[in-house]
Amino acid sequence: MEHPIAVRELTKVYGAGPTAFRALDTVNLEVERGEVMLLMGPSGSGKTTLISILGCILRPTSGSVKILGKEVTRLGEKQLPRVRLENIGFIFQGFNLFPTLTAGENVELALDLKGQRGPAAKRRARGFLEQVGLGPKYDSFPADLSGGEKQRVAIARAVATEPQVVLADEPTAALDWHSGRTVMGMLRELAHRHGRAVVVVTHDNRVVEYGDRVVRIEDGRILNDSTEPAPLDESSVISNQSSVVSFQ
Amino acid sequence: MPPLAERNLFHDRVRLAVTLTGVVFAVVLIVVQLGLYVGFSRTTTALVDMSRADLWVVSKNVPYIEQGIPFSERKLYTVRATLGVAEAQNYIVRFTRWKRADGQEEAIQIVGVNPESTMGQAWNIVAGRREDLKVDDSVFVDRIYFPKLGVRGLGDTAEIVGRRARVVGLTQGIRTFTTSPYVFTNYRNALDYANLREDQTMFILIKAQAGVNVEDLRRRLQAGLTDVDVLTRQQFSDMTRHYWLYTTGAGMAVLMAAVLGLLVGVVVVAQTIYSSTMDHLREFGTLKAMGATNAYIYKVIMRQAVIAAVIGYALGISLSILVVHESGKGGANIVLPWQLGVGMLGLTVAMCVAAAFVSINKVTKIDPAMVFKG
Repeated sequence: MEHPIAVRELTKVYGAGPTAFRALDTVNLEVERGEVMLLMGPSGSGKTTLISILGCILRPTSGSVKILGKEVTRLGEKQLPRVRLENIGFIFQGFNLFPTLTAGENVELALDLKGQRGPAAKRRARGFLEQVGLGPKYDSFPADLSGGEKQRVAIARAVATEPQVVLADEPTAALDWHSGRTVMGMLRELAHRHGRAVVVVTHDNRVVEYGDRVVRIEDGRILNDSTEPAPLDESSVISNQSSVVSFQ
Repeated sequence: MPPLAERNLFHDRVRLAVTLTGVVFAVVLIVVQLGLYVGFSRTTTALVDMSRADLWVVSKNVPYIEQGIPFSERKLYTVRATLGVAEAQNYIVRFTRWKRADGQEEAIQIVGVNPESTMGQAWNIVAGRREDLKVDDSVFVDRIYFPKLGVRGLGDTAEIVGRRARVVGLTQGIRTFTTSPYVFTNYRNALDYANLREDQTMFILIKAQAGVNVEDLRRRLQAGLTDVDVLTRQQFSDMTRHYWLYTTGAGMAVLMAAVLGLLVGVVVVAQTIYSSTMDHLREFGTLKAMGATNAYIYKVIMRQAVIAAVIGYALGISLSILVVHESGKGGANIVLPWQLGVGMLGLTVAMCVAAAFVSINKVTKIDPAMVFKG
C-alpha cells in the first residue's frame, strides 16, 4: 500500500541568481498511515515551506511529491484544489476560523465544499463538533470561544472532509499547555485510531511525547529522523482529555 | 452554502451603510434622470402622439411641431379627395402672446382645432366640454399653468394679440417642453390669435379609412401634394423628439447625468466590496487552502454584491417613487413607467456585479500559502 505522503529529492529555491535562497534541499521523506510525525526545527529551517508543499499549496522547484501514491507535482493549478479537498486537512496556528460563521457553520463550510448541504450536512457538522467535545457550542461564534475550543473547532473542520492526511502548523502555539495537550491528544487519536497520516510542525518540545516520529530540519535539510521519541505516558494523556469523545 | 456572503456583508454595519448609500444614490439618480428623459420625451411629442391622426401634413422640411410654417389651406381639399382618407382637418400650432389681467405678457402656443373633429383635441379635460370651444373667444388652459397665465378658473379672461380670450375649459397635466403653455381654441379663433390668413394653415391632420394601409396612403398623398411633407404620426413624433432631446442637447445632458450616477454607484460599491474582500483575505486564503475553487470564492463575492444590489434597489426605488410623486406637484415632469422600475433592478444588479470584479481579480491572485503566516 502506498504511503499517504512520499517525498523524493524535494528542493525549493526562492528567487534566482546570486540572491537565490534554497529553502529545501533534496529532502526525502515518507509518512506512514496511523503515524504522528513531528517536524521540528528553528525558524527559517524550511518547516513551513515543506508543509506548504506537502499540502499542495506551494510548488517545489524539483523533486517528487506523492499524495496517496499520486504524483502531484505534475498536476495543473486547477487540479490542486481537488487534491487538497479530497485528501488533506489543515490545522493552522491562528485557527483560521471564519469569524462571521458559528462553530457549526465553520464545519458545514468544509462539507459544503464537498457538495454536502442541507439538514444532513448540519447533522454531520454537529457530529464532528461533538467528537471534539463541542456539541453544545454549535451556535457559538469564534469570538465567544477559548483558544483551545477554537482549535478543536478547527480540527473538526479539518476532519469533516475525511482526509487521509492531516497537516497541522504549530497547532499549540497560541494555546495554554492544558489546551495544547488536549489538541495533541486529538491529533494522536486521529492517527492511531483512525489511521490518518498526521504531520505536525512545531517548535514546542513539550509535544514530542505525542509524536511517533520526530524529523528535525535545519537549513532546508533533514538532520535526523527519529522513530523513537520519548515514550508517552498514555494514562497522563487520557486523564487530561476527560472532555474529549473519540473520533468515529 | 453557509451564509458567509451575508455575514461578511452585514458584519460591518458602517461599511454596509456606505455600500447601500452608494447603491441608493445611483438608483435614485438614474431613475430620476431616466424618468426626466421619459417625461421630456413624452412632453415634447404629446400633441403629436395624442392627436389621433394617422398622418400629418407639414410644410416642407419642417423638423418639429413647434417650427411649423404656414402653407395654403387649399391642400386640405386635395387631401380630402384622396382615396382612403376618412377625415382631414386643418390644425394650427403657433407661438403667440398671452396678456394677463394684470398686464403681464407670457408666450404661449395656440392650438387651433375643429371642435367637431375626432383629431387634435385637448385631453385630460377636467372642466368644461369640447363643444364649449365652438364659442368665439373660448379657450382651454391647463391647471399647471394657472400661475403663469394669471388664471384662477373657468370664466377668467385674458388677451391674445389684442383679442379677448375666455377660459371655458380646463385640462390637467398637459405640459410643454418649451415652457410656453398650450392654449386650445377653435380653428377660427386660432387664425386670429396666430395672425394667420384665412387661406393659411400650419398642419393638416388625416385619419385613414378602416383597413387602409397608412404607409400606402402616405405615399399617395405625398405624390399628390407639393411643397409639403406627408408624415406618419410616428415619424413626426420621432422627428420632434429627436430635435428636442438630441439637437438641443437636453436629452444628452439628462442621459449623461444618468451615466454619471451609474459610474458613481459602480465606484462606491467596488470600493466597499474591495475593502470587505481585503478584510477577509485571510478567510479566502483559508478557503483556497481547504480546497475551494476560484469559482466557489467568486460565488461568495458575487452573492455579497447581489444582496447589496437588491437591498439598495429596494431602498432606492422607494425613495425614487417619493421623488417622482413630489415632482408631479412642481414643474418637473418625471415619469416612472413600470418598465423603468423593473429594468432598474437588472441594472442595479449588473452594476454591483461589475463592481465586484475588482475584488474577484484580487482573490484570484491570493497565495494560499499566506494562511501559514501567523
